Amino acid sequence: MSVLSSGEFWAFVGVMAGIYTLFTLGLQVQFGLAGLLNFGQVGFMAIGAYTMAILVVKQGWSMWLATPLAVVAAAAAGVLVGLPTLRLRGDYFAIVTIAFSEIVRWVATNEDGLTGGSQGTINLSGEGVATQYNGAWERFQGWVGDQLHIASKDVVMLIIVWTAALVLLWLTARLARTPWGRVLRAIREDEDATASLGKPVFRYRLQALALGAAFAGLAGCFYAWQFSFFGPDDFQPLITFFGWMILILGGVGRVWAVPVGAAVFGFLFAATRFFDFPPFSYLDSADRAYVRLMVIGLVIVLLVVFRPQGILGRRDEMVLE
Amino acid sequence: MFLQLLVNGLVTGSVYAIAAVGVSLVYGILRLVNFAYGDMMALGAFIAYFANVTLGLPMVVAALVAMVGMAVISVALDVVLWRPLRMRRAGFMSLFLASIGVALVLRQAILLVWGPQNRAYDVDPFKVYVVGSVRLSLAQVVTIVAASTAIVAIGVFLARSPSGRVMRAMADDRVLAQISGIDVNRVILVTWIISGLTAGLAGVLAALVQSSFDANFGFQLLLPVFAAVVLGGIGSAYGALAGGLVLGVATELSTWEGFAGGVDPVYKPVVAFSVLIVALLLRPQGLFGRARVV
Repeated sequence: MSVLSSGEFWAFVGVMAGIYTLFTLGLQVQFGLAGLLNFGQVGFMAIGAYTMAILVVKQGWSMWLATPLAVVAAAAAGVLVGLPTLRLRGDYFAIVTIAFSEIVRWVATNEDGLTGGSQGTINLSGEGVATQYNGAWERFQGWVGDQLHIASKDVVMLIIVWTAALVLLWLTARLARTPWGRVLRAIREDEDATASLGKPVFRYRLQALALGAAFAGLAGCFYAWQFSFFGPDDFQPLITFFGWMILILGGVGRVWAVPVGAAVFGFLFAATRFFDFPPFSYLDSADRAYVRLMVIGLVIVLLVVFRPQGILGRRDEMVLE
Repeated sequence: MFLQLLVNGLVTGSVYAIAAVGVSLVYGILRLVNFAYGDMMALGAFIAYFANVTLGLPMVVAALVAMVGMAVISVALDVVLWRPLRMRRAGFMSLFLASIGVALVLRQAILLVWGPQNRAYDVDPFKVYVVGSVRLSLAQVVTIVAASTAIVAIGVFLARSPSGRVMRAMADDRVLAQISGIDVNRVILVTWIISGLTAGLAGVLAALVQSSFDANFGFQLLLPVFAAVVLGGIGSAYGALAGGLVLGVATELSTWEGFAGGVDPVYKPVVAFSVLIVALLLRPQGLFGRARVV
């Protein structure tokens, strides 16, 4: 159990929880506020990460320019996906969004010239030339570490990710209380009634989808910096469902429930790696990985059955339907 | 070449069609978008693998074992999970998420038991039938025969049998069906049995056609199957059949050189989704679905 007492390990779990917080915050805006069933969130995350990496490596852009553009690209993808599909019924929309995220992954896998193909970003400038997109990020990370007199890179990353997450959480919580947020919740509760008050329902939904996609794009950039390398397999549909699990775990409709859900999920996901008592001790590491995901699947099912409002959710505000 | 692609498309399309019926019926009766269906197909394929390769039974027997096995598992899942959720009046979202949880559990269970390796059935992969300019593998012939039999059987069952009529009635208008004295629990039982049988059959056939399969292949099948269901109009069983065939044929034909040089075969799944999106733009309720009446 030595690794459990290592600060670096817990910093890593914390960084991942922060990235998942950003990712899930997007779902909270889309579903918690606007009632949109986006099951393709990972596609927007992939677009953010790839746009940033491609602009830095291929176009030689500064990371400080490439990152905002990557976030804008993810939001633009949200608009593009939303325009033809947002008029569809909820269940149709859900399926089309999964399809969208799989198309993104397919393109990333097969367009070697653009994305580095199935090998990932290591091939971004062609076969055999190892590529890096995070030089500027590492310098920034080093600078922050110097300012704070912290030597551990993981701890610095933890601080940066959570600073970004807390700022955005605070902004989103404020946004939810603005007239804009109230209209979104009204649409979630009764689309027809809101439309009859003269609110442009479609436009509000599109904005919510794009904003949520932008959060996912930013999460993608942080993901890219954390691992300094990524490939299409990092953007499996499973990641979207982790986000949904965090959303429900925390509580749908409450912005500050997202980091709670992400922290619990991060802990569950990491801790199950160290189950070394029977019957887990009889399994090899690959089998243990299967059991971990199985446990996560079971937790999803049990949550839906026994606590549909999540840890912090209020039953009167919103219960999963 | 065109003919060959058309036949290939009919083969994959008929597998999609069978699976799509299973998904669509469950949606029509239970309002459940069953995300676990892909992994049910995979589990069916692995049960048949166990019967065929481990026990050495003939392929036909193995397929039947898989179908019955999946029907039993489907009914069991209803008893332990879906029925309690129905009792709580769980809505669309809860059911969808619960099925995602079930999908995860099933896939990891397959990985635990059979591991991540590629598997293949004990059938002769080199036997080829030549009809005119079209070459058909044994697996393709078996698939066409089994799938068309199943499709006709399902069609006749829905159109003619009392249970089938009741199922269509319930899919059309639940409340009306209930107050006219339909035994809802019986209908649900029959629905799960059919859904399990189709999952087993579609899983085995898909595994046969692509000749080797692993634990993740069910999920890869699920998205085109969902696309077929949506294309046909969610909840419409005949629509699902048509949607599956259209999608299979469209996907294969897209690679034909006569069609603007053809699409790179790696993009076949993307073609399936593009067909879906275009179709939804033209008919948001699906090819056979009814327009929403508020």
